[in-house]
Amino acid sequence: MGLLIGIGLALLVIVLVLTHIIVFIWCELKIFAHIMDRYGPIETGKFHGVLQPFADVLKLMNKEDTVPGASDRLIFKVAPFVVFVPAFMAIGAIPLSATLVVINLDIGAFYIIALSAFTFVGMIMAGWSSFNKYSLLGAFRAAGQLLSYELPFGLTIAGVAMMASSLNLITIVNKQVVPNAFIQPIGFLVFVIAAEAELSRSPFDIPHAESEIIAGYHIEYSGMRWALFYLAEYVSLIILCSMTALLFLGGFKGPILPPPVWFLLKVYVLFFILAWIRITFPRVRPDQLMDLGWKVLLPASLLNIVLTASIIILLPDIWPVALAVTEFTIVIATLIYLGRTRR
Amino acid sequence: MSEYLSAYLNVAMFAVVAFCFVAILLGVSAVVRPKKENPVKLEPYECGMVPFGGAWSQFNVRFYVFALLFLIFDVEIAFLYPWATVFRELGITSLIEMLVFIFILLLGLVYAWKKGVLKWV
Amino acid sequence: MEEIKHDEQLLQTDTMDLNIGPHHPATHGVLRIVATLDGERIIKAVPYIGYLHRGVEKLCEDLTYMQITPHFDRTDYVSNINNELSYVMAVEKLAEIKVPERAEFLRVIMLELNRILNHLIWVGSFANDVGLFGTAFMYSFRDRDLIQRVMERVTGARVHYHYLTYGGVREEVHDDFEADVKKLADWIPGRVDEYEMLLEDNEVFRARTIGVGVLDKEEAINYGCSGPFLRSTGVPIDLRKLEPYSVYPLFDFDIPVGKNGDAFDRFKVRMNEMRESAKIIKQAIEGLPGGPIRAKVPRKIRLPKGEVYIRTENTKGEFGVYLVSDGGEKPYRLKLRSPSYTNLMYGSRVVEGMVLPDVVAVLASVDIVLGCIDR
Repeated sequence: MGLLIGIGLALLVIVLVLTHIIVFIWCELKIFAHIMDRYGPIETGKFHGVLQPFADVLKLMNKEDTVPGASDRLIFKVAPFVVFVPAFMAIGAIPLSATLVVINLDIGAFYIIALSAFTFVGMIMAGWSSFNKYSLLGAFRAAGQLLSYELPFGLTIAGVAMMASSLNLITIVNKQVVPNAFIQPIGFLVFVIAAEAELSRSPFDIPHAESEIIAGYHIEYSGMRWALFYLAEYVSLIILCSMTALLFLGGFKGPILPPPVWFLLKVYVLFFILAWIRITFPRVRPDQLMDLGWKVLLPASLLNIVLTASIIILLPDIWPVALAVTEFTIVIATLIYLGRTRR
Repeated sequence: MSEYLSAYLNVAMFAVVAFCFVAILLGVSAVVRPKKENPVKLEPYECGMVPFGGAWSQFNVRFYVFALLFLIFDVEIAFLYPWATVFRELGITSLIEMLVFIFILLLGLVYAWKKGVLKWV
Repeated sequence: MEEIKHDEQLLQTDTMDLNIGPHHPATHGVLRIVATLDGERIIKAVPYIGYLHRGVEKLCEDLTYMQITPHFDRTDYVSNINNELSYVMAVEKLAEIKVPERAEFLRVIMLELNRILNHLIWVGSFANDVGLFGTAFMYSFRDRDLIQRVMERVTGARVHYHYLTYGGVREEVHDDFEADVKKLADWIPGRVDEYEMLLEDNEVFRARTIGVGVLDKEEAINYGCSGPFLRSTGVPIDLRKLEPYSVYPLFDFDIPVGKNGDAFDRFKVRMNEMRESAKIIKQAIEGLPGGPIRAKVPRKIRLPKGEVYIRTENTKGEFGVYLVSDGGEKPYRLKLRSPSYTNLMYGSRVVEGMVLPDVVAVLASVDIVLGCIDR
């Protein structure tokens, strides 16, 4: 019986997620187009090209799927599974409200980062098995990038867990009187940057940089297999937007409107900001990316943890205020310093 | 069955459903799509030229240094998580212990930095 | 503490030979670079050109002087009118034709509009190559379109204008021309500000371009580089000032130069050049004289025996035409000197030792058009 319910819930989630991905893709096409001063899809489906994502799926379905002759065929074919399945498994742990959650784990946050770390295994498999130099470069870049950014990503989540004394996502949300972003601005900024890098979206789209290594690790993929990489990327996008909303922006909490609406609203606003960033920033260089990750974000996230722990222990009564003041001071001082020393 | 276990059962079901979803997508596509292979099409893409040699050479990869460092810090995170949830009850002793722990790891990072291994190319 | 040197590494690794191009998103057409990679560092880069060779020079030997002009539109296909100028000036010099003043003014206006078109397309594709996908590119095409509309009304074409001819220009301008061009000249500096806002103030763009692809001044001169590529190193060489031709001496404009010779300076030089072009256009349209637009020249001419080399400041540098006439209706020999070619040769030397993303950024900052290199 539990088995059937589980399968039913999973199917429900897959339908929900696909719906949102379709909305995301269409929104992204339109946002990009309007920022670039053009219309974007306008014909498909009469109303502003709403059916464009469906048309894309049909086209991808019909595309010939080639497997390079010299490739490692088994690994080449398994890689899309390895990329997509863990990403989808992680999404079940995201709560839409205090009660609406499919997989309610005590270590929810940990579960999600553990599974999202899987993605890069699939990327290396894809890049290595393709027997293509560009995809090999892309795979190595993906490996370095995703590994490095896993650290600040995980450490900032630990910082949030310290404030809530729990890793359960619902508890974390319920304990936020003020959104955590206002108490831990350092943690919030590090988390958003690290999440962007984990997604490998511009300005961190190094593993599949079009103008350098053409398409990176999925250069040899076509048709439906390629679509799965694309799909997995959007699933990760949903996961990371949701995580940011849950951990730092008060998740499903908010006045008047019902919780799921608040949650989706926050996710969509974050998605819009990410799309905006994607279309206004050039791409950083791999070495700059590594420098940022190891020499800035990692120490910053450690500082965040140390500050949080010390202030909570030393000033148990007024810690939220004290922490917020300290962290905001540091952020503003850093920004002023950076502004002054700009070349 | 306990609530605790049923959550993990759901995890398993998610894996099964996701796997089947991918399999069905690829299966449907396999029925619909054309298949007209020829040797040139199956060559790896290298900007339209015939590739020089293969891609599987003993290439100078840089990420393994980062991977080694990552391992160390990831273990640190694994230690931090349980501590993060209970450190309030443990009080100031655990705080100092954790600060020492973080400091030692930070020393490692500084050493690696000075040694110049935190370089991508 | 000493750093670990590469050759001290215990694990010896192989280098990898990689084709970058001809069919690559960042090679602007069909340039092929065979790169030897060690990790992501390029230790050797050899450019292979000729994938777009159409034999223009040989072709011209079998065409009359009138028929040759449109071929110059198609060598460097984003600075068309500038190319035509070198050729028509060569013919005019051999045939000793005096060009009416109105024609000279119209030429200058169109030349400078064309220069702006070229720099706009450059900034778009440069932003694309450093990874800002699409935005600046779309903006540049939006702005290009407005300029092209005016040029289309004059010449009847949007890309291959074929506007100049020996003795003057081909078409009289339309009635609203002065108003249209004045509007453009006032509007262009604002647009340039917009690109600077989007790119120059962008922290990632600065990180990607400042200090990247620094050129050596002496080397660049020895290689024969010219145009904004050379001027970014601080050498104020511009043929419009150095060997004034047409009516350029009448106008007041500056030559923007860079300081460090990096990709960022090349960006700045081109942005400022657009502003200067707008300045020239404004002065030219205000002083536009009346009169004929073409000297009386027969359609089919025979040039006297002789040879001539004319060089003008193209959008990319010194574009030269070497014309030998044996007294017939067709040239005996026609040779082009392409600025893209020399600039690319130095550019591909500079990239050795850089990482792959920088190589793409530096090659994009050179501003090459393969149509002009391969001819």
